[in-house]
Amino acid sequence: MGSVNDRSRDIGKFSEQPDDDRIICRCEEVTKGEIRKAVHDGMFTMTEIRRYLRCGMGLCQGQTCAGLVKGIVAGELGISPSELGPATSRAPMRPVPMKTLGNEKGGGY
Amino acid sequence: MQNTADVVIVGGGIIGCASAYYLAKKGVSVIVLESDGSIGNGGSSRNGGGVRQSGRDPRELPMVMWGIRHLWPTLSEELGVDVEYTQKGNLRLGKTETHLKILRKLTDGAAACGLDVKMIDGDEVRRINPYLSGEVIGASWCPTDGHANPLTATLGFYKRAREMGVRFLTGEPVTRLQKRKGKIGSVITPNNVYAGEKVLVAAGYESRVIAGTVGIDIPMQKVKVECLVTEAEAYLFQQMLGTAEADFYGHQTKHGSFVFGGSTGLEPCNIDNGTPVSSSIAASCICRGIMKYFPALSDAKIIRTWAGWIDECADKIPVIGPVEEVPGMYLACGFTGHGFGISPGAAYSIAEIMTGGCPPVDLVPFRYDRFRAKI
Repeated sequence: MGSVNDRSRDIGKFSEQPDDDRIICRCEEVTKGEIRKAVHDGMFTMTEIRRYLRCGMGLCQGQTCAGLVKGIVAGELGISPSELGPATSRAPMRPVPMKTLGNEKGGGY
Repeated sequence: MQNTADVVIVGGGIIGCASAYYLAKKGVSVIVLESDGSIGNGGSSRNGGGVRQSGRDPRELPMVMWGIRHLWPTLSEELGVDVEYTQKGNLRLGKTETHLKILRKLTDGAAACGLDVKMIDGDEVRRINPYLSGEVIGASWCPTDGHANPLTATLGFYKRAREMGVRFLTGEPVTRLQKRKGKIGSVITPNNVYAGEKVLVAAGYESRVIAGTVGIDIPMQKVKVECLVTEAEAYLFQQMLGTAEADFYGHQTKHGSFVFGGSTGLEPCNIDNGTPVSSSIAASCICRGIMKYFPALSDAKIIRTWAGWIDECADKIPVIGPVEEVPGMYLACGFTGHGFGISPGAAYSIAEIMTGGCPPVDLVPFRYDRFRAKI
């Protein structure tokens, strides 16, 4: 990242693959084909893919599928996975009930 | 690729993307420049998703009412992306007499503009939403309000505009604008120069800095908002919710998660280290606020928190329209935290005015030069 990303550049046509119906994000049940298609819809970053398809937005927050999604997106764009920045990790890192999270003492800064 | 187009848009948020879409529909060539690596990574993806008329400044009402009547209902079909538009009403809740006074004032103002909104008592509130606690003693109720998904709506406008030939460049921060022969000329980034007959600056708070390079200043400031998201829960309700003091708002999304925003009261003094980082106290504070209104949600698990910047204008409504001192330059910024619901109507109006057409609502209330000293 950090360099200009032209969203109109030619990444080739979308073509179906035999394992497109494989579920990649188990929490939100997003398939490989949906992820590949989203790239052709213009979703070139992990953040965009996540917001467009919800993969990585479920209970595990992408801790299981993030690497797989990144590989698929990079493959579709014809770049190395290391060129794709990660989607932002967000607190809390494990699901916490509202009554627990809201029970910290005093509300101090 | 050429660096010239009929229109250059600075900012790839929902205003920039939607304006690009409506301009492309008119056959105008458009380049959109976004400084961030991702489209819509500012306030467009960091808001409560309200598509609301009630609770707004009367000056904004005609535009948002027009959008809700003419654009929102068919937006998913039009863009080919589910924007999850849900029109099941908005409850703005009050727990004290002071709250009800605020709500009555807002309601009277909106009703005078022709909006179907009224005050209801606590029992009626609980008939509409049985999960609300007995602490709620009244609310304003607007049945034509609703909510949508800001993430898919922003990316939906982007996707459709891109399909129609709009050129989007991310990671391309605009450092300044340059006039040529008294008119808008170039849009300059660290490594490139773009040129357009017309330039739209729709870059949230950063619009202030960018417009400043051609001598135009919009009085606004950055204010932080923080939100939290629960795991998917069983269906409870479909209304959009807010409160009299605007300290808590949210809804249940189509996939079941609740998205709730709130404030700690310390936002004006929050540290600004360049990115909107969730503070350690906000989510806990929002949880306590929610549980007072919705005791039934106390076991719901929080899976994610996030924060964002509001581009808060001095008089809390946006600046939309042409800049007379710089012919060819247009502004759309300062949406003050309620820009999502109004964005299709605003973008449609911008596309009209930039192509010499007639916007569906009067843009005079949004003039950039409306700000005056108090004495």
